[in-house]
Amino acid sequence: MTGRRGAILLVAPLLLALLVGFIAPIGAFLWRAVADDEVASVLPRSIAVLRGWDGGAVPEAAFIALAEDLREARIRDAETGAGGIARAAARLNAEFPGLRSLLPATGRRVTQPGEEQAKILSAGEAWATQGPWRAIQRAGGPVSDYRLLATLDLRRDGEGTITQAPADARVYRDVLLRTLWISAFTTLICLLMGYPLAWLIATAPPRAQPWLLGAVLLPFWTSLIVRTAAWMVLLQKEGIVNSALLGTGLIAEPLPLLLNRFAVLVAMVHILLPFMVLPVLAVVREVDPRLPRAAASLGAGRLRIFRRVLLPLSLPGVGAGCLLVFVQALGFYVTPALLGGPNDQMLAWFIGFHANRLVDWGMAAALSVLLLAAVAVVIGLYGRLVGFDKVRTA
Amino acid sequence: MRRGMWRGAIGAAVGIGLALFGAAGVQAQGRDLTVVSWGGAYQDAQREIYFRPWMQARNQRLLEETWDGGVGVLRARVQSGANTWDVVQVESEELLIGCEEGLYERLDWEAIGGRDNYIPQAVSDCGVGAILYSFVLAWDRTRLQTAPRGWADFFDTRRIPGRRALRRGPKTTLEIALLADGVAPGDVYRLLATDAGVDRAFRKLDAIRSDLAWWERGSQPPQWLASGEVVLTNAYNGRIAAANANDGRDFGIAWDQNLYTLDSWVIMRGSPNRQRALDFLRFVGQAQNQAQLPPRIPYGVTARAANGLIPNNILAQLPTAPQNAQAALQIDDKFWLDNLDRLNARFNAWVSR
Amino acid sequence: MRAALWAIGVLVLLFLVLPILVVVPLSFSAGSFLTYPLPGLSLRWYAAFFASDFWLPALWNSLLVGSASAALATLFGVPAAFGLWRADFPGRRIMMAVILAPMVVPAIVVAVALLLAFGPRGLANTFGGLVAAHAMLGVPFVVVTVLAALSRFDAVLLRAAAACGAGPWRAFFRVCLPRIAPGVAAGAVFAFATSLDETVVVLFLAGPGQRTLPRQMFAGLNDEISLTVMAAATLMAALSVLLLGAVALLQRPAR
Repeated sequence: MTGRRGAILLVAPLLLALLVGFIAPIGAFLWRAVADDEVASVLPRSIAVLRGWDGGAVPEAAFIALAEDLREARIRDAETGAGGIARAAARLNAEFPGLRSLLPATGRRVTQPGEEQAKILSAGEAWATQGPWRAIQRAGGPVSDYRLLATLDLRRDGEGTITQAPADARVYRDVLLRTLWISAFTTLICLLMGYPLAWLIATAPPRAQPWLLGAVLLPFWTSLIVRTAAWMVLLQKEGIVNSALLGTGLIAEPLPLLLNRFAVLVAMVHILLPFMVLPVLAVVREVDPRLPRAAASLGAGRLRIFRRVLLPLSLPGVGAGCLLVFVQALGFYVTPALLGGPNDQMLAWFIGFHANRLVDWGMAAALSVLLLAAVAVVIGLYGRLVGFDKVRTA
Repeated sequence: MRRGMWRGAIGAAVGIGLALFGAAGVQAQGRDLTVVSWGGAYQDAQREIYFRPWMQARNQRLLEETWDGGVGVLRARVQSGANTWDVVQVESEELLIGCEEGLYERLDWEAIGGRDNYIPQAVSDCGVGAILYSFVLAWDRTRLQTAPRGWADFFDTRRIPGRRALRRGPKTTLEIALLADGVAPGDVYRLLATDAGVDRAFRKLDAIRSDLAWWERGSQPPQWLASGEVVLTNAYNGRIAAANANDGRDFGIAWDQNLYTLDSWVIMRGSPNRQRALDFLRFVGQAQNQAQLPPRIPYGVTARAANGLIPNNILAQLPTAPQNAQAALQIDDKFWLDNLDRLNARFNAWVSR
Repeated sequence: MRAALWAIGVLVLLFLVLPILVVVPLSFSAGSFLTYPLPGLSLRWYAAFFASDFWLPALWNSLLVGSASAALATLFGVPAAFGLWRADFPGRRIMMAVILAPMVVPAIVVAVALLLAFGPRGLANTFGGLVAAHAMLGVPFVVVTVLAALSRFDAVLLRAAAACGAGPWRAFFRVCLPRIAPGVAAGAVFAFATSLDETVVVLFLAGPGQRTLPRQMFAGLNDEISLTVMAAATLMAALSVLLLGAVALLQRPAR
């Protein structure tokens, strides 16, 4: 048990545990973004009949197959709670809007065999057209890109070309832009506030340094949920900030500070600021104090010293800080959920919403792909522009 | 020495693993009855009259959870295989949808006192009625001098400026928008069944969009009124009355055009605690227990004999009191059974833009 | 210039610290409003905290899950860090990427993925599942901290021990571990703190029997921001200060 083999054996248990317990579940989850089996598992007969359909008049056999499929699925759902019809309907709705409600409603009409076509048509006029049948045909699986397209508010039309979703159904492009915007803005403010603070701590007298550093570390260690709670209390309509502002006479009416973008941004800056200060501090601490002195003795002004000497030397820390803040901001969930309104929610919230409230795990997975892609792009860009060998964190 | 170390380390790791998963297994088999309700003042009242007394009477533990509705939550629990809930209080359309999709166990009516023990609306295959309640328009009398007269005023930001809140979701929101737009209560659902009617409701909402906040939990409206976060809100009638009675608030309620409905208890599919769950529902269904609820929070109850045990002055505050019920629009659960998923999707896209 | 730097720096520090410091006294209020001035001081909200059906179990759950997951993360993380430090081997970079992945993947993705993976296997809503999840989230911190401690450890010592006839295990436990012990302990504290702070995975993966403090606080903040929630927040902040102190103490001798 020496050398490489021994070393690999030592790493193996952790590696295996993470592959089985972490990487595999995430992989399986992300696969759902493209898996397309909801309809195939509920309407197998209908898909089989429609496979030979040329797109002309809908064959009567299709009505009978659909009725049989729905009857069977209703019984299975009622026995197992699998919710097959609801999920197939949600999937079909992406191909033909209206089927989300129409399919279960149709199922309710055909509980007894006989006169299938009349019963199905009585559930909704749409069944007399080709639209819903073509939707069933197209959603036969086994994989589809429709969810990934949907995360960018795109869809395929009847011919299979990619088109824009109708205006009143467009959501996710906004959400993605919002997520990027909030993260970028948070990063910028953190930089503007954190950079001078890091310099101050680095150049403060040694006696003051532990106190200044402690004041950064205290919030850093305090739980995220506690800090979010603090901002909820501060920003309430009759909270501390408003009563202070009223007391000073700056405002006459309490301001609505909570449940909006402002609250989200303030709290996110507060929570992420230490992640900017600490990496910058780690770098500027190492700057040789003789360098600026040397530059000054050569006649450089203060601004010039900063621009030509100190700023370039601190850039690796700035890069690391921006990366840490931006990547973490992208995945924020709890803080916007508690402090923001409905149009301040970021990608992470929509992932949770799809997983927990709508039980659309496929869409949750597709949005996760989008979020992970954003994270990967940021990290990749960083590696390209700055390089990872220069990353240094406290 | 070397071998001993290995053995020790492996033994410790296996031991920890077994202990953890063993604990998990034991828990999965013998977990406590978990009852899920709607939090806040309502659940506080339930705790006092149902949960604690049941625990004492049966000498068993009962775990509480709160939720804020959404049939998707129940689907997610059953379908992810990670359900820990046994008894859940659900809204009327969730009762119908979940029963059809097999999310609930069929009720054994004999085990909970028989169908005749309850008023007819409370009886169905999967659920037993829990409370009758209303969504009402509420405001804080100490802050708002001009009392709102109805939903039309809710949308009139010139008469009453300031932020206002509705429950997040299409149910109640779309009805209120149409009522405010002058639609007669009898025509609301006929209109909502058409695209034009839904468009009309969203257009009405668009007009006050920037002044709207959305609540999800029943405890939020009274809290937001109390803190001045909003000037007007729709709310569960009981929460408003409870805030007046317990927290010294002076909230007003407009009963005109209130939205009236019924919540039910269900037992989740595959619950390992089915017998205990039935026993709990039997306890909750007893008239003398139910009669304790309205004095604490004014909701109507479902045991036939309960109303006879409730003082008249309290009966008059309930949504079931004639003068309140006659001004009400009854929420159409059949309509929402057919349309909830569709309108949910549209509402969610609209609200998050 | 210098004065301006101080002015800006102090303002930023106040922004960092004040929100936390302002909330703490509120929890000692005798009244029930979330603003100043306080009508008087009392411990009634702490009494409410300890009398409640929810908060005290949540505190115990937090401590239990935190220490179990920290122990598990340390048990797996320390040998792995040692292996990564001992030798360069093919695929080391990829292994490092896998080990650090839990730090980079957004919590919500982890939460939903684990819910779907654990649910059908009966691990969701159990202590075992939650501890395993938190251990995976904490393990990168253990590995990174121990690697940092090892980088200050002179490998020649191990060779010397081997030359004296000690087997690799004996050499590790007798020579190496004592030197990096503060790093190991700091890593364990990081893992514990990670678990203590974790909200999103708990929200999705924990049942009513595993409510931790952050989960209970999330529910409390959504429900009704009472001063009991502020008392809980203060207790959590105090716990964080303890952990911060522990890490500062552990890392001092190494500097």
